[in-house]
Order: sequence, then structure tokens, then C-alpha cells
Amino acid sequence: MAGMSDNSAAREPIFRSLLTEPPPLIAIRGLSKTFATLQGERVEALVDIEVAIGAGSFATIVGPSGCGKSTLLRILAGLIPATAGAVEIAGKAVNGPRKDIGMVFQSSILLPWRTVLDNVMLPAEILGIPREEARERAHELLRMVRLDGFENKYPQELSGGMQQRASIARALLHDPAILLMDEPFGALDAMTREQMNLELQRIWQASGKTVILVTHSIPEAVFLGDQVLVMTPRPGRLACVIPVGLARPRALDDMTTPEFGAATHDIRKLLQQKGTLD
Amino acid sequence: MAEITANKGEGEIAVRDSGWRARIARRPERVLSPILLVVVLAAWEGGVRFFNVPSYMLPRVSRVIFGLYQGFVISPFSRGGYWLNGGVTLVEVLLGFVIGCTIGLVLGIVISQIRLLDATLRPYIVAFQCLPKVAIAPIIIMWFGYDITSKVVMVALLTFFPLLVNSMAGFHGVDLDRIELLHSLSASRWQIFWKVKFPSALPFIFAGLDIAAVFAVVGAIVGEFVGAQLGLGVQILSMNAQMDTAGSFSVCIVLALMGLALNSAIRAVQRRVLFWAPSEASQRAINL
Repeated sequence: MAGMSDNSAAREPIFRSLLTEPPPLIAIRGLSKTFATLQGERVEALVDIEVAIGAGSFATIVGPSGCGKSTLLRILAGLIPATAGAVEIAGKAVNGPRKDIGMVFQSSILLPWRTVLDNVMLPAEILGIPREEARERAHELLRMVRLDGFENKYPQELSGGMQQRASIARALLHDPAILLMDEPFGALDAMTREQMNLELQRIWQASGKTVILVTHSIPEAVFLGDQVLVMTPRPGRLACVIPVGLARPRALDDMTTPEFGAATHDIRKLLQQKGTLD
Repeated sequence: MAEITANKGEGEIAVRDSGWRARIARRPERVLSPILLVVVLAAWEGGVRFFNVPSYMLPRVSRVIFGLYQGFVISPFSRGGYWLNGGVTLVEVLLGFVIGCTIGLVLGIVISQIRLLDATLRPYIVAFQCLPKVAIAPIIIMWFGYDITSKVVMVALLTFFPLLVNSMAGFHGVDLDRIELLHSLSASRWQIFWKVKFPSALPFIFAGLDIAAVFAVVGAIVGEFVGAQLGLGVQILSMNAQMDTAGSFSVCIVLALMGLALNSAIRAVQRRVLFWAPSEASQRAINL
């Protein structure tokens, strides 16, 4: 535990995986981000983040508010530039929005004047995917997120969980290799949230995407992640990467296993050590 | 359980009694509104007769209605009739409305997309907004003459500002999450505008059109008051000069109907275009 808080320990699992597996799909090297406030102060949102994520894996980022986890996701998506360091996806540096990334946000951001089907097809219009092809794929995805039959409804007619499922289908429309999710279930009630976690696991296993999910719920991070990136605030640092060895597919009952308990315990202790949980 | 059954029972009674009684119980205003009108008109008619009010001060309701009838039975081309004058005013209102709203909307779009332009022009827009536009009417008449053009300009000027200000507010109020979503898909400025910004701003634009519809009729009448040869405003002036107060009242009714028709037309379009927006939000008026 003691050695986990520094970066060399964070890097350890990467080197192990390098020996046995192909190079990681996403490599983050020495990434830092500094914001300037209106008063001219410099705020270090991210300091020296160093991590690798393998293709087809599920990584979760957990940490308290203000630890820079959403900033990290926005840099990965190419929405904002890094101050120092680099992100490489499939060997190429990220320097703007990419077509092989799908994003899911905290709110579903469905456009109220479009039907569910037209919302899911939005990326096709932006990226110039032929309409017929996109429509077929949208129907397929809506089946996958269990929204078949709701194609012609408007978002306002759907529950919060259904809206978020539609936004996941939208993020997958252009068949991106990577799915970035920024606290996608934060606005849902606890019961719906657990159901959505199960659904997401199923969707991930069915689609074979690489998923990075930001959350502030430790159990959610452990339940979903192959590896959990634990971040601490002021300045935002990657404190530790904790691998979760639970077998897939995981069931909600797995949350009561000793392994699950140990992982959540470790993360909670780590965040407490850093004095971030008051 | 007992309570639930009791409630259900009441509900059944309400459903069974779906005749006119139930309908009145549900929407009492549908009966009260017409009753109010009849009561007020009866009080007006009775009051004028009872107190012997001279008709140039306040005419009887029946005289106003007769004036309305006279104005419309007359030949459509007569200078004293409501067809010709109403037609002229309507043309001024419609032309000015279309021109003013179009320019206001286009400028609102352009200004709100270019930050420097916005910052530079904003103090002047605010200043112009505070100016009562009808005060410019004499100058407009001097510049554009006594025929229809000056009134069209007047209407355009009055309808221009609600559209400008409301569309600017609409484009500034676009949910940033929606824009970020499009950014994440590497959308172009043009795509962001048409797919997200414009539809998001539509409730504000329609609120602007609502206000503009009212202002349009105001602009035409004020313009005609100041200087015109034909139009309902001219007719009101000449009737007033002849102490034909009943006639003036009847012209006011024609004007109210004209405004109502314009407003209903906009609402009808709005219901089709903005079916997705909560109606309260789309009626938020910025510029009243």
C-alpha cells in the first residue's frame, strides 16, 4: 500500500502487461494541464499523469470533485489541449477531436426536437456516414441498449435511464474504438444506476470497445473497471492504478465478495490518506 | 383500500357525467368569458342610455356595431370604407413585419456569432432599445414621404428590435453541453449552427415574433397618424375630426382583429415548429 501513491507504482502494471500483450491502445505520458483563472492565478488541474490502457479493456477513473478527472477525459477526447505531455491513441498523438472516439456525458444531451432515432443518427450527419447505413446501425444499437420500439418517441417521453441509454447508442453510432464516459449515471437514482452498470457491462462485452468511465462512486468504479485509476485533487494526480481481478460478467452480488470489499477498501483508504475525504 | 375505492367511485361519476355540466365544471372560463363580455356591453349600452351621455363622448354599443357594419358594406374601393383603408394598413403591417423581422433575425445571427461585433455594438443596441421608436415617426415620414413606404419603414423599425434582441439572447443562451457534444464529433461551425444553435434559439425567436406582431400594428397606426393618405389610422383621425366617436371605436375593433389574426397565425406556426419546447419557455418575452 505504501508504495502505491507514487508514480512508479502506478506504472508497474503497465510494464507487466507490456511483456505479455500488444502495446496499449491509449498511452498517456507525463500529462499536465494548468488553467489560468481570470485573476491570472495558475491552477494545476493535472500533474504528470502517466498511464496506459489496453485495447478492449474497461478503465474507470475515480476521485473526489476537483481532482481533474473530467479534465483528463476532455483532453483524451481532444476537446482541450494539454499543457505538457502527450496522449497517444493507437500510436498517434491526440491533437483534436477524433472520429474513433464516442463520448457520453453526465446528462444525455439529447436534442428535444429530434426523435430518439434521429438523435442516435446525429453523428452520421456530422461525419457524413450514408443515411441508410446509419439508420440500419442505429436500429441495431437501439436494440442493443433495449430501446427498440422507442425509435419515434421524443427524448422528453423517456425516463432518465432510457435517455442515457439512447445517448450511449448515439456515442457508438460511428463505431468508435473508444468510448469515453463522463459520470454518465451521476444523475440517476441508485436503483437505476445499478441496472445501468449491468447494462453497460453487457454493452461493453457485446461491442468490444475500449471504455474509460469517470465516476465519483468507488463501488461503481470497482464494479465496472478492469483497472481503477484513483485520482487525488489539488493538484490533480494519479495516486494509484488498482487492478480488479473479478471474473466477467460481474453480477451485483459480486459486490459482497471479499475481493470487491478489499478493492473498495484500498481506494477509500488511499483517498483518506490524501486527506481528500473529510 | 377503502379510500382508494371511494376515490375511484367519484372518478366514475365524473366520467359518466360528461355532458355540458361536467364541461363547465372543468373549464368554467369558457362560459365566464362570454358572459363577462355580454355583461360589460349591456352595462355600457344601458349606462349610456340611462345617463344620457352625448354620443361624441361615448357612443352606444349598438352605434359602434352599426359603424362597423357601415364600414364594411360600403364599396371595397371607397376611401371612407374599411376594406380599402384596412387593406392599406394590412399591407403596411405585413410588409414591414416581414422586412423588419428578417433583417432583425439575420443581424441577430451575425452579431451573436462574431464576438467582437457583439461587444462593439451592444451599447448602441441597448441605447436604441431604450429609445421609444415611435418618436422617430415624424422623421421617417419626412424622409420617406406620405405614401405607403414610410409606414412600411416604420413597422420594420419597430419589429426589427424585438427580433434582434431576442435572437441574440437565444443564441447566447444555447446549452454549452450541446455545443460540446458536436465538438466531440469534430463538427464544423456551420454544422454546430444549423444542428444545435438555431433550433435551440427558436423559442426565443418566436417570443420575438410575438412581440413584433403587436408592435407592427402600433407602428403602422402611429405612422398613419403622423402622415398618410390612406389607412385605418387616417380614418380614425378623420372620424375624430367629425366627432364620429362610434366610427373610431369600430376602427379600433378592426385593428384589434387584425392584431389577433397576425398573432394567431404566428401561434399556429409556433405550435408546429416548437412542439418540443415547454410552452412557458417559448413565451418568455425579453423586450416588453
